[in-house]
Amino acid sequence: MPASDILPVNQTIGGVSEQLTGIPLHFPARRRWLIAMTIASLLLALFVVSVVALFTRGVGIWGINVPVTWAFAIHNYVWWLGIGHAGTLISALLLLTGSEWRNSLNRFAETMTLFAVVCAGIYPVLHLGRPWYLYWMFPYPATMGVWPQFRSPLEWDIWAVLTYLSVSVLFWYTGLIPDLADARDRAKKRGWQIFFGVASLGWRGSAVHWMRWSQAYRIMAAIAVPLVVSVHSEISLLFAASQIPGWHSTLFPPYFVLGAAFSGFAVVSIIAVALRTMFDLKNLVTERHLDLLGKVLLATGLMTAYGYVFEIFDVLYSGNAHDLQTMIDRLTGAYAWTYWSAVFFNFVVLQALWWRPARRTPWALLLISASVVIGMWLERYMILVTSLYRDFLVSSWSKFTPSFWDWSTYFGTIGLFLVPFLLAIRFIPSISIFETEKTLADEKEAHHG
Amino acid sequence: MADASYGLLAEFRNENELVLAAQSARREGYTSLDAFTPFPVEQLAAPLHFRDTRLPRLGFLGGVFGFVSALAVQAYVSWAYPLNVGGRPLYPFSAYGVVMFELTVLFSVLFLFVGLLYLIKLPRLNYPVFNASRFRLASKDRFFLCIKADDQKFDSNSTAAFLKNAGAVTVELVPS
Repeated sequence: MPASDILPVNQTIGGVSEQLTGIPLHFPARRRWLIAMTIASLLLALFVVSVVALFTRGVGIWGINVPVTWAFAIHNYVWWLGIGHAGTLISALLLLTGSEWRNSLNRFAETMTLFAVVCAGIYPVLHLGRPWYLYWMFPYPATMGVWPQFRSPLEWDIWAVLTYLSVSVLFWYTGLIPDLADARDRAKKRGWQIFFGVASLGWRGSAVHWMRWSQAYRIMAAIAVPLVVSVHSEISLLFAASQIPGWHSTLFPPYFVLGAAFSGFAVVSIIAVALRTMFDLKNLVTERHLDLLGKVLLATGLMTAYGYVFEIFDVLYSGNAHDLQTMIDRLTGAYAWTYWSAVFFNFVVLQALWWRPARRTPWALLLISASVVIGMWLERYMILVTSLYRDFLVSSWSKFTPSFWDWSTYFGTIGLFLVPFLLAIRFIPSISIFETEKTLADEKEAHHG
Repeated sequence: MADASYGLLAEFRNENELVLAAQSARREGYTSLDAFTPFPVEQLAAPLHFRDTRLPRLGFLGGVFGFVSALAVQAYVSWAYPLNVGGRPLYPFSAYGVVMFELTVLFSVLFLFVGLLYLIKLPRLNYPVFNASRFRLASKDRFFLCIKADDQKFDSNSTAAFLKNAGAVTVELVPS
């Protein structure tokens, strides 16, 4: 009975509600959470310092220079945004396919999406050089009479990311309202009752409300899936719409979307293992969940590997001299280590997932996922730097070395991600309660019938 | 007494009992029904006569609005400040497509979200059923059927007896 085994049936739906609302209401892992929060806050402080340094001294403090004018800013932008996409895919795509195992994962995956998109979105702003002119990206009747250039991928960017952020917030909140009501009804202290009471908007679980809610939620999911594809395809057009060898390829949109899903599923797996251990959720995030996550990771990883193969095929098939040169630079040039490390961390380590015990052992899945996150980070670095450091003009060839501020800003964004994420798991139900209850109720019925 | 009440709230142990009770209430001729459940129960759509498609249509309308406004803004910008970039077309759909798609999605979701809150009349923090003593369990593991006092057939005694018969664990009169 594959459909009935995802959650152990020796628990009651009331127990699930008590357990999951108990995480914010009677927080069980205070010490571990405080340690994590301290580290995250230090990283966030590093981010603030880096941004202050950047705004006072300009982008010259980074290692970027002609010809490598895009490096960490765009590289980490793509990396963070890619991570975010898995949250929407787990939540929306698997909702539409009726994969009930997503119900234990979708909430924290969506929460991950929100803050990953924030980290992503902030990078192009930092990279602007004069971030206080950000509003020039919006079409407003300026006294100068100039308008934004809508035929440029850089303008598409802001619409794609802002749309993605807004849609992610609304989709996340729509799914959260019933759980906030559950937490409100379980809360004993006045402060919690007011917090959850206001946040849940007075949700009372009326059947008619549920039906309207389902209509809204499912349509939002149905259009969030193509949105993910469009957003990351658009990001890839920043590269592919240019003339630079190694970027100018129709392969880029699918290659980027799959790589995004791959890195995102790795982060979802990491968070799943971490939360499962931190809050003792083995009854809700089961080994079967980890097994399925491992399979998804393996599948998306192999699709990304196909992209690597086709990237080489594409170049050889075109026979373009500049593309060939970039390919040789990637495989053997000054940054060949990034290429081969990406291949190792992304695809060699990944092969362990063919083996069932590796998928079902939390720490093994955690290590493989961490390897994927590193591998995908190196891949984006490789795509950026190897294409730029040797372009058409030999006279402008030069190297890129990240500066201290490149690294500090990057590690800082990890704090920018972790601080709100840790606050979210502290104050709101981090696993969807009503959807888990529904899964459990369906399973119990299948067992009785 | 019945005039001052909101209705009778009956508690059931699981979704199937609730659905059966809602169906038999409908057969008995009750029309002003509502149910309160911890998760969506699709089988309630028939007994509650829910066939409203305003929300999906609103989502579609939002999509059309986003699509048209994105096209209009981009075309207007090209018209108001024509910029010749290497002789490329001034009004290219291929370049407008991205923003048009994004805004279609954005406004569709915005319309859906605002439309949802509008149609279910939330936020509203107080509601009569919240006064029922066991209503807190509606978000946890109990399933409630409410026959409202404005129903033609409503009578606090006979309706309560009917609900007891239908298998309710508890029946409570909810003041309005």
